[in-house]
Amino acid sequence: MSKAIEIHNVEKRFRLYHEKAPSLKERVIKFGRLEFEEFWALKGVSLDVESGQSVGLLGHNGSGKSTLLKCVAGILRPTAGDIRVYGRVAALLELGAGFHPDLTGRENVYLNGSILGFKKKEIDRIFDDIVDFSEIERFIDNQVKHYSSGMYARLAFAVAVHVEPEILLVDEVLAVGDEQFQKKCLARIERFREEGRTILLVTHAADLVRRICDTAAVLDHGELVTVGEPSAAVATFRETLVRRGLEVPEEALDNPLWDHSQEVRITSVSVKLSDSSRSFLPSGDPMTVTVGFETRNPVDDVVFAVSIFNDADDNVYGANTSTLGLEPQRLSGRGTTTFRFPSVPLLDGSYKIHLGVHSIDGRVSHDHNRDCTFVISSDTKSAGIVDLAPEASISIDRAERRATG
Amino acid sequence: MSDITDTAPLPVVGEPGSARPGIVQRIRDVWAYRELLGNLTRKELKVKYKGSFLGFAWSLLNPILYLVVFWIVFQKILGAGIPNFPIFFLAGLLPWNLFSTSLGSGTSAITGNASLVGRVWFPREILIVAPIGANLVHFFLQFMVLIGALALFRVAPSPVFVTLLPFALLTLLVLVGALGILFAAVNVYLRDTEHLLELLLLAWFWMTPIVYQYLMVVESLGRYGRLFMLNPMTSIVITFQRALYNHTTTGGVDAADARGIGAGSKIIPDASVLWYFRNLALVFVGSLALFWFAMWVFGRLEGNFAEEI
Repeated sequence: MSKAIEIHNVEKRFRLYHEKAPSLKERVIKFGRLEFEEFWALKGVSLDVESGQSVGLLGHNGSGKSTLLKCVAGILRPTAGDIRVYGRVAALLELGAGFHPDLTGRENVYLNGSILGFKKKEIDRIFDDIVDFSEIERFIDNQVKHYSSGMYARLAFAVAVHVEPEILLVDEVLAVGDEQFQKKCLARIERFREEGRTILLVTHAADLVRRICDTAAVLDHGELVTVGEPSAAVATFRETLVRRGLEVPEEALDNPLWDHSQEVRITSVSVKLSDSSRSFLPSGDPMTVTVGFETRNPVDDVVFAVSIFNDADDNVYGANTSTLGLEPQRLSGRGTTTFRFPSVPLLDGSYKIHLGVHSIDGRVSHDHNRDCTFVISSDTKSAGIVDLAPEASISIDRAERRATG
Repeated sequence: MSDITDTAPLPVVGEPGSARPGIVQRIRDVWAYRELLGNLTRKELKVKYKGSFLGFAWSLLNPILYLVVFWIVFQKILGAGIPNFPIFFLAGLLPWNLFSTSLGSGTSAITGNASLVGRVWFPREILIVAPIGANLVHFFLQFMVLIGALALFRVAPSPVFVTLLPFALLTLLVLVGALGILFAAVNVYLRDTEHLLELLLLAWFWMTPIVYQYLMVVESLGRYGRLFMLNPMTSIVITFQRALYNHTTTGGVDAADARGIGAGSKIIPDASVLWYFRNLALVFVGSLALFWFAMWVFGRLEGNFAEEI
């Protein structure tokens, strides 16, 4: 495999002037000796990124991770050391850099594309995809200054990911737009990865690193602390934060929604419908959900949870192996957990299955999976969520009958 | 795995050993980004008069208004007596306008595009070249007005000297490119540069024979007359005047207009094409050297642009 990025012994020094933007007058008065402090943002960082690899750069604020990314992008020049980048680079350091408010969305797409080094013909080819992705078709010929910040960010992201760079540099720009759009961005980045493109991602969201990256590097005060497997790197990252007495950013916490201990990992999830030749489940038919798991070390008090949500995110059903009457387990090695539903009496609609593994007291979340969905098709014309399937009967009293007759 | 790894040749950002790419490489980079150059130039043109009622007409009105003011002051009040003054004046003003507006926008090109410089990589020189491109478009538009004026005043340009104009224009562009790149880089560190430049351009305007005749100054300077040629704009401006205005003396033309100076007074040198060419060539070579120097300075300073602005 060839190298995509070679970072060799890179150092970067910043001069922090006590007063910003020294003028000629000040320079003359002080004979050019302005007071400044030297600050080494990077102290001899070496890192190689193979082509097709996605690497996460973790670090606290001021650790130098963004500086390193800017050096790779060519925006900052290292004070010492050298950086080689092999391939066409798109840097998502800030979305919409280079958008001009007075130009229309269309004009800005071309301008932004050419800033990233692409030809008009290439942009012509992908223009429709960009507009589709950004979901602002109606406004593409309006001036960008009339856009909402969400529209602005969506268009900018759409340009950056559609120009198909060989190397994508991302700096925490995923925190834009609504959740829906964020998912779309993530999916796009994951596709990038599958296509064998190289990704260098700066973030402090540990979950993101685990999801997207093959390797993670941790920077601490300008020094590279560790490079390795994402989970291990995330652990090291947290240690550096704690050691420095720094506030641990929210994204790096063990938020059950975001972050999991991974002591028990869900390796596979399968949903078996009553008739596997059909893509939907007739209402009332049985369904089986099988969860494959593995552990690296024996883990005590493990509980598996299953929840079903409808389209409106209402929790239709939820239970775990403990509430279902199974003792909390001590797990080691590989295995499967099965939830067998004898009948799923739900009404028409698509449903999501959330699966989770956590400790019996709920304090440690090991892993989760939210990828499964199934579709119910029912013959009834009833409304609601659950097919309670009442039997209906109408009986008529004789007295009433006489009164009306 | 797609065919990405087969794509060749792949660009290298930053040379090994020295983090600073050479001048030739940077000129190549600018060429590789010519698409962006075109787009930025278009952007400059679109944005400049956006929202203004007259739009592009401003680009034409500007020299005409200048002309009216200077005509009144110099011809009517001071009685300078240059025949066909509008042609003489516009022939010098248009290249000067191209020079001064380009230098002005070039100098603040890096500081004015802080958001771009801090966030995206592309050859920074493009930011300086793009406004020059936009001003070149304005120049050509204004040139149309000048051609209209030539027809109106029934002045025939000199065909021989007109052949020198492309070279004069090229020289002007190299000169303004060099100064723009130099000043833009310095301006990032010393913001006074752009304010100083305003004064400099004002003085420079009056030191260039645009509203007055070249020979008037040369004659009053006596044997130091050649010093006037140290101003590179002089050679360029008088070439434009020689080609378009095409009178070397006041003799033989509208005598009423020439009352200030006697008939037969000299305006621009009645020298050969070769003389004009040689002057231009000297400026051209000097500008090239300056350009190289400017690129060298720019290259040394640009590494810290992103953190200084």
